[in-house]
Amino acid sequence: MTGTFNTIIQLIYLAAASCFVLGLHLMNTPATARRGNQVSTAGMVAAIAATFALVIHDNLISVTGWIVLLAGGLIGAGIGLYMARSVKMTAMPQLVSVFNAVGGGAAALVAVSDYMSAGSHIAAATSITTLLDVIIGSVTFSGSVIAAGKLQGLITSAPVSFPGARVVNVLLAAVAVGVGIYIIVSPSMIGLIVVIIAALVFGISMVMPIGGADMPVVISLLNAFTGTAVAMAGFVINNTGLIIAGALVGASGGILTKLMADAMNRSIGNIMLGGFGSGDTAAAVVGAEGASVQSIAADDAAIQLAYASKVIIVPGYGLAAAQAQHEVAALADLLESRGVDVSYAIHPVAGRMPGHMNVLLAEANVPYPLLKEMDEVNPEFARTDVALVIGANDVTNPAARRPGTAISGMPILDVDAAKSVIVIKRSMGHGYAGIDNELYTNPKTSMFFADAKKGLAQLAASVKTLVG
Amino acid sequence: MLLTDFIIFVLSLWVGFEVISKVPATLHTPLMSAANAIHGIVLAGAMLVVAQSNNVAGYIIGFVAMVFAGMNVVGGYAVTERMLKMFKRRPAPAADPSANGKASA
Repeated sequence: MTGTFNTIIQLIYLAAASCFVLGLHLMNTPATARRGNQVSTAGMVAAIAATFALVIHDNLISVTGWIVLLAGGLIGAGIGLYMARSVKMTAMPQLVSVFNAVGGGAAALVAVSDYMSAGSHIAAATSITTLLDVIIGSVTFSGSVIAAGKLQGLITSAPVSFPGARVVNVLLAAVAVGVGIYIIVSPSMIGLIVVIIAALVFGISMVMPIGGADMPVVISLLNAFTGTAVAMAGFVINNTGLIIAGALVGASGGILTKLMADAMNRSIGNIMLGGFGSGDTAAAVVGAEGASVQSIAADDAAIQLAYASKVIIVPGYGLAAAQAQHEVAALADLLESRGVDVSYAIHPVAGRMPGHMNVLLAEANVPYPLLKEMDEVNPEFARTDVALVIGANDVTNPAARRPGTAISGMPILDVDAAKSVIVIKRSMGHGYAGIDNELYTNPKTSMFFADAKKGLAQLAASVKTLVG
Repeated sequence: MLLTDFIIFVLSLWVGFEVISKVPATLHTPLMSAANAIHGIVLAGAMLVVAQSNNVAGYIIGFVAMVFAGMNVVGGYAVTERMLKMFKRRPAPAADPSANGKASA
């Protein structure tokens, strides 16, 4: 009888895993994505229900255990629901980081709890997966908390480093691995705690030196870590549901990490060593080259836009930082109502996490068919009358096409192919790469010096008053 | 047992790579959020270890694991749903000036 019961439970886990795969598959178009998430949710509900049945059937759980299980689960669910409902879309990267943190943390705790229950008679094979789970989970937890803090502005987004930081990291890794090997040979709870502490500190020192601009890569990488930690937890408690789900997330995070790193033309190792994506270098105003830059007033820019037949908007990190997505959508609506063909060119690293800009624009009611990916939109710039660049810098710099610059080889948006270019920018500050943007000195380019939010509102007002 | 688990792990990784590489960049944030929700299955793991616990330390660890995992799974699915609801082919009411200027905060 028990055999049959376990078979049924395993089949439900298999069905749940199939739902996760199908759900992710349905995310390959915006039209089916929502159904995909619902299929995935159904799979999760089935998996949790099966686990409840398993806990009841095994009947090992104490009354206190039930209280802990239900109270903990309900409190967590309440907090999660509140956060999901109240989060602003600009704060999505922080929320994803928090969920990475708790997912990784929970995975590590599962292994710790299992280790405590097993006591000294733990098999070496289990010890290895326990250690991997605890190390990856702890690094993910503390690293994601730091990442969320940086994104939220609670911790400086500038790279924080000190002399010898790399040596400390190597030492921490050595402690975690060394003590880990020791406790595989002779199990010890104290040893495991040492490993946890070393891994937690390692997570902090790993993310602290990474600058704000590299956050899309860091979040993706921590997402991959979380998935791996959950899969390791599945190894520890021998649960295939956790292994499959964790592996899917690990793959997803891995792919996004690679895509983000490629979009910045940097290796993952280079980003993790830090220092480059230095926070805000915008203060460095280059007065000397200001002479060759032509600025434009709101009214003139508005007329150019209003009488164009095709406009491509290039939103960047600065737009997200200024929270100007509603203003840009309002301006685009206004231009469209005048018959202008408007679309958006989205660079893969626009925003603070993969695809972030698309969500911000979707929130501002921009229809998703207007959001064009880099490869799709680049040939269109040649047929474009005005390219309106808002808060994007390095990803539009033609210098990337030549060798020998800090951004050489980085894929960019071919904004300079448009007939004319208007750049909304607060000052002549540099982008994250810290180099001059040759687009700004191009004779086709006019600079509209303004804050993104105010500048866009001004443009919309000017379009209304000047051309009705 | 470990070998079987490992085989499942590696094959799932390949399935993941295959399926996820087809997701367009437009949906990368919801994708990551959906993946986030999926690793909320760690809740099942938390439930199983709480069921084995029999001392105070075990209950405390189990409780924290349950809170974390509960946040992860419920929050993850809820926020993914909220985001995907915003993706519209052509939002008719918003383009119409007679409709209320719903600029959701």
